[in-house]
Amino acid sequence: MSGGVDSAVAAARAVDAGHDVVGVHLALSRQRGTLRTGSRGCCTIEDAMDARRAANLLGIPFYVWDFSERFAEDVVEDFVAEYSAGRTPNPCLRCNEKIKFAALMEKALALGFDAVATGHYADIRIGSDGSRELHRAATWAKDQSYVLGVLTADQLAHAMFPLGATPSKDEVRAEAAARGLTVAQKPDSHDICFIPDGDTRGWLAERVGMEEGAILDRTGERIGTHPGAVAFTVGQRKGLDIGFPAADGKPRFVLEVRPKTNEVVVGPREALAIAELAGSRISWAGNPPADPATPFDCEVQVRAHGDPVPATARVEGGELVVTLAEPLLGVAPGQSAVLYVGTRVLGQCTIDRTVSAVTTLAG
Amino acid sequence: MPASPDAVYLDHAATTPMPSAVREAYLEALGLIGNPSSIHTHGQAARDLLETGREQVAASLGVDPVEVVFTGGGTEAVNLAIKGTFWSRNLGGRVATVGSVSRPRILTTRAEHHATLDAVDWLVRHEGAEVDWIDVDAVGRLSLASLEQALARDPESIALVTALWANNEVGTLQPVAEIVRLAHAAGVPVHLDAIAAYGAVPIDVHTVGADLVSVSAHKIGGPVGIGALVVARTATVEPLIHGGNQQRARSGTQDAAGAAAFGVAAGLPHDTTALAALRDRLIAGLLELPGVVLRGDPDPAGRLPGNVHVTFAGCDGDALLYLLDRAGFSVSTGSACQAGVAEVSHVLLAMGVPTEEARGALRFTLGPDTTPGAIDALLAVLPGLLERARSASVSR
Repeated sequence: MSGGVDSAVAAARAVDAGHDVVGVHLALSRQRGTLRTGSRGCCTIEDAMDARRAANLLGIPFYVWDFSERFAEDVVEDFVAEYSAGRTPNPCLRCNEKIKFAALMEKALALGFDAVATGHYADIRIGSDGSRELHRAATWAKDQSYVLGVLTADQLAHAMFPLGATPSKDEVRAEAAARGLTVAQKPDSHDICFIPDGDTRGWLAERVGMEEGAILDRTGERIGTHPGAVAFTVGQRKGLDIGFPAADGKPRFVLEVRPKTNEVVVGPREALAIAELAGSRISWAGNPPADPATPFDCEVQVRAHGDPVPATARVEGGELVVTLAEPLLGVAPGQSAVLYVGTRVLGQCTIDRTVSAVTTLAG
Repeated sequence: MPASPDAVYLDHAATTPMPSAVREAYLEALGLIGNPSSIHTHGQAARDLLETGREQVAASLGVDPVEVVFTGGGTEAVNLAIKGTFWSRNLGGRVATVGSVSRPRILTTRAEHHATLDAVDWLVRHEGAEVDWIDVDAVGRLSLASLEQALARDPESIALVTALWANNEVGTLQPVAEIVRLAHAAGVPVHLDAIAAYGAVPIDVHTVGADLVSVSAHKIGGPVGIGALVVARTATVEPLIHGGNQQRARSGTQDAAGAAAFGVAAGLPHDTTALAALRDRLIAGLLELPGVVLRGDPDPAGRLPGNVHVTFAGCDGDALLYLLDRAGFSVSTGSACQAGVAEVSHVLLAMGVPTEEARGALRFTLGPDTTPGAIDALLAVLPGLLERARSASVSR
């Protein structure tokens, strides 16, 4: 129970369904803020109080479990390491993989619980063969199956998403209000919870050495200076401050981040187009394809709120290789490529490399 | 969710139930009208209640009523003692200016309650105070040798010594008479936080000679929201709270009903012999379990009669606390703290306990309602719960 409306209603529905429910709030930061500021973050003491009040109202026991060390190691340090390696991590996905459906789930199961229920918008359905499948939420706009795509069959076996079939967030808020939950109108949390002011670049600068370096065009010519390569993400347009327009007058985008040489390569939007991507750390959200080595049709999504695009995928040499039916923009190493078949999440990998859809080189 | 009526309460150090005699006195006093500072008959009646309570509290502490300043609780008493003494010893009531701190040093230990640690930290951050950390030994007892060394070094620069009468987490009784003797020999006043010790061991302030002693009503069966600071006739503290001078060192309308209830609680007899016997029964049973280490003084005479503090090797204290709670036993990992997160005990760390071992800490504090049957029931469920809690702790 984060202290937000979603987990409060999820807990209420689990109680209504007749389960023996215990509210658990995760303490993920050692230096917690006292009060929530706007919609930033989700881990203040005020949030813990909100969660406790919701549990009180539902008549369920409530505990705060401290996973701050695990969170620091598995999510925050991973986030810094990935950026330092020129990659673009998704900490929410990592938190689901390592904390909520790993550290928390293991502790809960060992203490005698059967499942971890969360307020995520995603659906678990029973497939034709009786196995559990992860599906998109009924409300596409709130669908969080992307950040859950990393869950395995074992994790899904002990996961519950009571909000998955809800048609809209408004309905969840209305239900919270009808239940008398004080968090009914609490704003949604956005951004990265451990960067409460939303300034990712400033936060990174405090943790990794930022040094000025070269901005290069695709021919390797230096066209500007950046304050530190690790703060940049492939596909980023803002914050380049090159000072003069490209010859063709088109905006420039980050095409590549090279942390070893502290270089950022930029170019036109169309140069971001990717024809193929490949990654490791493969996981299957339920039954894997019968023969993963044989190319299979699917859709791939590379961002939490991106649109899925048609593709064929195969496992080859330990990599998941995804060939896109149409070029995809803004694909950065470190992101998760989540495969779907219809609404079902098939599995995912962490993107290691991409193959450009553009063959000609021009500055 | 209300606690089950069958649940066993073993967290008396956090707060202890109000006995019926106290509750009756409190309710009766709450029915009376009158501000003790008013001159009329209603006021005089309230004043009578208040001063009767003050006399009872004074008697329980071995001091004169005029030395008892009622506060809004134990934490306020500690703050008034430390900040008030620091200010009176340095500024003499004048406005602080740069260089006006002639006695910046506060001598204390890292095993104090947060009321002390945070008040001292505030003085360091805002008022130019400096801390001399006095050692504590492996059982949590202040080192007199370490104190003596610190006192010998420029005693004129020391504002005060502040120490516990008994440690609130591990229950270790402190050498209070020796602390006062050493400090007074160096001309330094002493505050003793007796909040955990009050009601459990005799607190004879005049015999010990302390300048300031903090106590709290709800730890002995009185109401929450009232405590007292003993301010010896010879001591001066700058007030924290201004407005009306109703008491020597504190302004604000005095809580006659609270004082009346506090007084009744202070006068109740405490059967500490029976409590100590139950404590020793629990300790003996716990030590038969694998990987259990008793923290604090193993000598029964050296620890609070109701305190059992152990660490369970390879087990997160909060996992075992959860399982015990679900089985109907309310225990503690140490001091309660903000937002319900169990921190690794700073007291255990100060005693030199490694962090990994300190994670497995649980404190059981017994009180007048604790029965032998409850202790046996606890010891009966513990082995199974401990095994389960250990299996939930391996993933760290």
